[in-house]
Amino acid sequence: MNFVTETVAWLIDPANWVGAGGIPTRLVQHLLFTLVTLVLAAVIAVPIGFLIGHTGRGRGLAVATSGAFRAIPTLGLLTLVALWVGIGLNAPYVALTVLAIPPILAGAYTGFEAIDRKIIDAARAVGMSEAQIVLKVELPLGLPLLIGGLRSATLQVVATATLAAYVADFGLGRYLFEGLRIRDYGEMLGGSILVILLAIVLEGVFALAQKLVVPRGVTAGLPTDIRDGSSRSRPAMESTIKEGTSHVRNE
Amino acid sequence: MTWIWSNLDLIWDRTFDHLILSVPSIILSFVIALPFGALAHRYRTSRAVILTTVGLLYAIPSLPLFIVLPFIVGTSIRSPLNLIIALTLYGVALMVRVVADGLGSVDRDVQQSATAVGFSGWTSFWQVELPLAGPVLLAGLRVVAVSTVSLATVGAVIGAQSLGSLFTDGFQRGIQAEIIAGTLATVLLALVLDAILVLIGRLLMPWTRRSAIGVRVRPDTVAQEVTA
Repeated sequence: MNFVTETVAWLIDPANWVGAGGIPTRLVQHLLFTLVTLVLAAVIAVPIGFLIGHTGRGRGLAVATSGAFRAIPTLGLLTLVALWVGIGLNAPYVALTVLAIPPILAGAYTGFEAIDRKIIDAARAVGMSEAQIVLKVELPLGLPLLIGGLRSATLQVVATATLAAYVADFGLGRYLFEGLRIRDYGEMLGGSILVILLAIVLEGVFALAQKLVVPRGVTAGLPTDIRDGSSRSRPAMESTIKEGTSHVRNE
Repeated sequence: MTWIWSNLDLIWDRTFDHLILSVPSIILSFVIALPFGALAHRYRTSRAVILTTVGLLYAIPSLPLFIVLPFIVGTSIRSPLNLIIALTLYGVALMVRVVADGLGSVDRDVQQSATAVGFSGWTSFWQVELPLAGPVLLAGLRVVAVSTVSLATVGAVIGAQSLGSLFTDGFQRGIQAEIIAGTLATVLLALVLDAILVLIGRLLMPWTRRSAIGVRVRPDTVAQEVTA
């Protein structure tokens, strides 16, 4: 159990909690990087996703593209971009923004698609304009799935940001690579535990957010247990909530 | 291009290493996920516990898992076994939910008919529910396959050989062609395994042949993955 004491010793060593290479600095780097990447990806993906979801056009293309992206190994993209633009943060920013787009895009358009068509027709019938339909009907009803997409993207980016320490000197991943290089079990395990905790905390935050954004009128109409009702006719919103929880890891 | 032609042997060797990592993981994921998925489908409490557990498991980033796992199960950090265990864990985490959803997608009337004509719970599971959940399971397994092949490359940064070794080696020596070759080989391998799974699905579930696989899958399972 030697490595357990080494890990604890590394985690509580005050020297590891200060300075440029300290845990707080690296944690903030990791979080900031994740945030910036997500915002960049969302700015690109959300409007396109809404457009696809609202018009129903271009869905096939979007599905095919995100499917193809899923098969691309992140490490390959990361190292390739790093060779092109040089060692540093630019490569991870480019590579990870590209990788965060497909899940957000999927979250945005599936959120719109999962809405019962009758609701959209009703909104149109009472005289709402297209913009009003998007902003007042489709956006709130599709929000849980969009958050689900952001959740997948976040997990992907947090995980890959760890890998990005391979090509740039930043983030919590540095501890893993440094620990591996100098065979310091305390450092590599301590760093790993920090990354795992960060990922799980973010997962929890998103799970909570996803529940909170479901409009009250929708939750009131949901069956309490999904297996209570007949399997044939189910409210459209139920699928909305479940679908957002599935995502695919490929970092 | 010249790099690729003069290093075909190397690419082939790494592809083989990659297969040794990914194929057992994919098969094990399916086998292990079946009972857990069935259990998650069966009772409300077990559903909550199991699905929350696999959700958290899936949230763990791969590189830290590769590093922590040897200290928990006692494997060597660079051994293929270490990676196979980690990849299997991810596969199971993904597949358990799919199995639960797949079994949930079986029409209640069909289950009740099976009971009415005398199927026991056990035979009904194997002969009625499982085959009917088949298309959903296949869709999930295809996602697991592609994701596993992609994830296996990450092991290269800790020194476990796979097609990912072409990335680390190409990066350190500054050979772009090597990274591109590795990426193409990984994508190609994922497509081949995916095609094999589709083929197996057609052989085992001939009734799905007429309608494209996945079209009948309910949208709240993995339909968006299927069409991809």
